[in-house]
Amino acid sequence: MSASPHDSGRGALPPVLRTPPGIFADQGKEAGAVTIRGDLWLGDAVLARGLDIHCRAGCWTCLMGPSGAGKSTLGRLVAGLPVKARLEGRVNVPFGRVALMGQADQLLPWASALDNVCIGARLRGERADRDRARALLALVGLEGLEDRRPDELSGGQRQRVALARTLIEEAAVVVLDEPFSALDAGTRAAMQDLAARLLAGRVVILISHDPLEAARLADHAWLIGREGSRALPLPGGTAPRPIDAPQVLAAQAALFQALSRPCAV
Amino acid sequence: MRGLRLIAVPLSLLALWQALVWVTAVPPFILPGPARVGAALFGNAAMLAEHARFTIGNLLTGMLAGVALGLATALNLALLPLARAMMRPMLVVAQAIPVFALAPVVTLWLGYGPASKVVMVALVVYFPVASVLFDALMRPPAALDDLARAMGATPMRRLWLIQLPHALPALGSGLRLAAVYAPFAVIVGEWVGSSRGLGYLMLMANGRGQTDLMFAALALLAAMGLVLFGLAGAVQRLTERGRPVGAARDFTKR
Repeated sequence: MSASPHDSGRGALPPVLRTPPGIFADQGKEAGAVTIRGDLWLGDAVLARGLDIHCRAGCWTCLMGPSGAGKSTLGRLVAGLPVKARLEGRVNVPFGRVALMGQADQLLPWASALDNVCIGARLRGERADRDRARALLALVGLEGLEDRRPDELSGGQRQRVALARTLIEEAAVVVLDEPFSALDAGTRAAMQDLAARLLAGRVVILISHDPLEAARLADHAWLIGREGSRALPLPGGTAPRPIDAPQVLAAQAALFQALSRPCAV
Repeated sequence: MRGLRLIAVPLSLLALWQALVWVTAVPPFILPGPARVGAALFGNAAMLAEHARFTIGNLLTGMLAGVALGLATALNLALLPLARAMMRPMLVVAQAIPVFALAPVVTLWLGYGPASKVVMVALVVYFPVASVLFDALMRPPAALDDLARAMGATPMRRLWLIQLPHALPALGSGLRLAAVYAPFAVIVGEWVGSSRGLGYLMLMANGRGQTDLMFAALALLAAMGLVLFGLAGAVQRLTERGRPVGAARDFTKR
């Protein structure tokens, strides 16, 4: 295991990440994209009609919208989890396993950080690569804390464990369901930077209602509302974008306005 | 300080008991004083030990069997939907039956020997362990359930790595409940029909007017119950070790 825990160069990802092959390549507009099409219903009420969402390979796609719009439901559908709503349509996930990272860190409270990172392999009855888990914990900045249980870690540290657990899954598609919303502003910015660096190259679906988060991290953003899905404008450039860049601030304001008028989708 | 209180409370209770006997001057065949009971305890030490061995042996065997069967039932029900559909109503109904009332039937079928007492204890222990553990196994935190699904967990692994660790504190409470019921069951079993054991000895001593011996047997039964309860408490604390406090706890309880 030759992981360099303090690799700071953008683009040069540590080998311990072992990103699934194939998804770095530009596979065109449709090929290799996660798509969500159709109408989302909750009982007799329509949550979102005429959804048509593309999450391009190798990109971060942000799903935005007011609470109750069905953002999280769409994330769960992509991850293959049961939902209360029903989608009359189709979710297409061309890659194998989907990793999920939620708002709560979802750590096993009785297990150490290391055991939490290894849980996926153990749940599938595979041999857990503990050396790699250690290297990934070091990569997210938790070297020396491997034996701590979640209640002995701070909120930010717990999310780092959850990130390491997401990374070890080697999933091409990663659903982030408001993963940083419970953190304080400084910790949140640090976690956003870390996630942007370490999850680069995968299909990342970021569910968020934070315009700044979308403006900093996402390559594409979709506003989800009753009338369907609409693509939102974002600044270009490599994520994570600096918080104080003019185009990030402008995009944040535009997103904020779009979110304030959800009916105008 | 705590050790002092541990000794002071029983000592003052004993003093109160002796004072009551002196003041009211009740005859010893109604209420023997602690000194008399102590004398009976040591005078009949060998016989009491013999009966105590019988009672404690049946109690522990029955508890072991009941806990093992309860564990096996809960784990199987959690793993097998078909078994769950069939057994769940039975488990609910069985809890409503007063198991102590079965003692005459159990004794009729299994005789006056140890078997009927072991079965009584096992029955009384089985239901709380099985139902409390099963309920907890079926309610893993939603977030951990999602995690297991997204990671492609096998049902067996999910049970072992998520549901069972989550349910351990509940199992601890079930064991504590069992430790309260089990001594009742073994004594009722002996009262209904036995020729050995502390429960039997109490009845026999009562019939012969040996109230001091009856109280000696009672004292031993009380001590047995206390030790068992203490042990169960220790086991429960063990199952709760490493559980979160504060915010993380709220999260896992959701």
